[in-house]
Amino acid sequence: MGRRPNMAEVVAAEPALSNQILEVEGLCAHHGQLLALDGVSFTVGEGSVFAVIGANGAGKSTLMRSIAGLHRPSEGRVIFDGTDITRLSTPQRVELGISLVPEGRRLFASLSVEENLLTGTYIRRSGHWTIERVYEMFPWMWQRKNQRSSLLSGGEQQTVAISRALLANPRLLLIDELSLGLAPIVVRSIYGSLSKIMEGGLTVLIVEQDVNQALSVAAKFQCMLEGRTTLSGKPAEFTPEEIEAAYFGLNSTSSIHGKD
Amino acid sequence: MLNAIIQGILLGGLVVLFACGLSLLFGVMGVINLAHGDIAVAAAYVAVAIVPVLHIPAIWIFAIVVPLFMVAGYIVQRLLIQPSLNSGPLTTLLVTFGLSVIIENLLLEIFSANSHSLAIGSLASSAFKLSSQISIAYLSLLILVVSIVVVAGVQLGLYRTRTGRIIRAVADDREAAELIGADYRHIFGIAAGLAFGTVALAGLSLAMYSQVDPSSGPDYLIFGFEAVVIGGLGSLWGTFAGGIVLGIATTIGLFLSANFGALAPHIVFLLVLALRPQGFFPKKVAV
Repeated sequence: MGRRPNMAEVVAAEPALSNQILEVEGLCAHHGQLLALDGVSFTVGEGSVFAVIGANGAGKSTLMRSIAGLHRPSEGRVIFDGTDITRLSTPQRVELGISLVPEGRRLFASLSVEENLLTGTYIRRSGHWTIERVYEMFPWMWQRKNQRSSLLSGGEQQTVAISRALLANPRLLLIDELSLGLAPIVVRSIYGSLSKIMEGGLTVLIVEQDVNQALSVAAKFQCMLEGRTTLSGKPAEFTPEEIEAAYFGLNSTSSIHGKD
Repeated sequence: MLNAIIQGILLGGLVVLFACGLSLLFGVMGVINLAHGDIAVAAAYVAVAIVPVLHIPAIWIFAIVVPLFMVAGYIVQRLLIQPSLNSGPLTTLLVTFGLSVIIENLLLEIFSANSHSLAIGSLASSAFKLSSQISIAYLSLLILVVSIVVVAGVQLGLYRTRTGRIIRAVADDREAAELIGADYRHIFGIAAGLAFGTVALAGLSLAMYSQVDPSSGPDYLIFGFEAVVIGGLGSLWGTFAGGIVLGIATTIGLFLSANFGALAPHIVFLLVLALRPQGFFPKKVAV
């Protein structure tokens, strides 16, 4: 893209160490008149966790939906493993290996737990994940496989939603608002299973409001505010104050104290 | 009276065949297809037109017309109904209403306003006696059996097959279905194909059972619609029960007075709407 004013792109332009599975270039997206994404760029290395943090309305979900193909960006490109996928439909992207766990889980309410999992195998991409592997990892799911998914707790629903996405055997897993509405202990347990989930070389892109949780697992992150990237890089490169300032859009890091 | 109830159940089979596709389209896509009755009539006319040309027994016509209408259903969904879906339910209603008008007038243009029926020989008039007062026509019984097979088959398909599972998933949440790689427009097309296939079956049965004319579609639409509402929106077995109730209402009405037969089912419908507007077996909405 022609204009490169923000620091995100400066950081993103650092030499890549490994194969970049996802490249987002100058992505702009609108909700009606509202500009939800304003020239967002970043790259995600294969086999890593990348976190997108930011407050409500920062454009995180729009970014995820644009990568998954549910939202048409007005400008910019999405490149997956070297292929420009900006114009592909959502099902086409799933077939290439991009799965999104949507905000709010969105399980099929009238389907049982097992039926929900089985819908994940619709495209028949081969790979590590089978329904047996899922049951092996989460034995409670097998015990409750005939239950209606709407009877599960929020954390259980989130785990089923992640498993459903895994059964499509994606190379890139997008998780939108993983911890939204979940108890902290449940969130920790889901994050705990993340490393096991990634064993097969999976790349994970997480959108979170729970900054500490997200940054503890992410190799790289970016912070968004009002559709723009305000900070990006490795979590260790920044102090909590710097991250907080980027999160809330404060110019001076010295003006905030003791906030979580 | 007993005879009236038995004949009503038999008649109900035909109503069920009409209503099944209507229920399916509403349950999966939330679409009320106002052209539903006309599609049945069109199927009957296609049969009337090709039977003399092909010189085949009328019963074979099912194997030709039903698949033909399934394909037509898929195409109509993808080309006509799908583009209207994004513009809101009113647009979809108008599109199917337009389709209804077009089909009626095309049939009038090609076949004139005369009524037609499909000749199937002795099956149409033969019956067996259950008692001295009750006789059951083979054709009516056959239609009832077919309606049971169709409803059970669609239900089994929805709950026991991979495609059925995806149809239900799409009915629950289109976007989430896209995220597992299902093109919901294709799935809608399959549902519409099933709906058109079943209503073509209804149209052919009707043409064997009595007569059709180009303008009779909306009458059947009303019966089908009433069966869906009585049974509860989105529930196939509910629709089945609704169809049987309407059939019984018709024959009991006829039993009471020759004029009352046409009115009775609509009164039953209004009563259900007033007393139990959600129908008898509403689809459980999970939150």
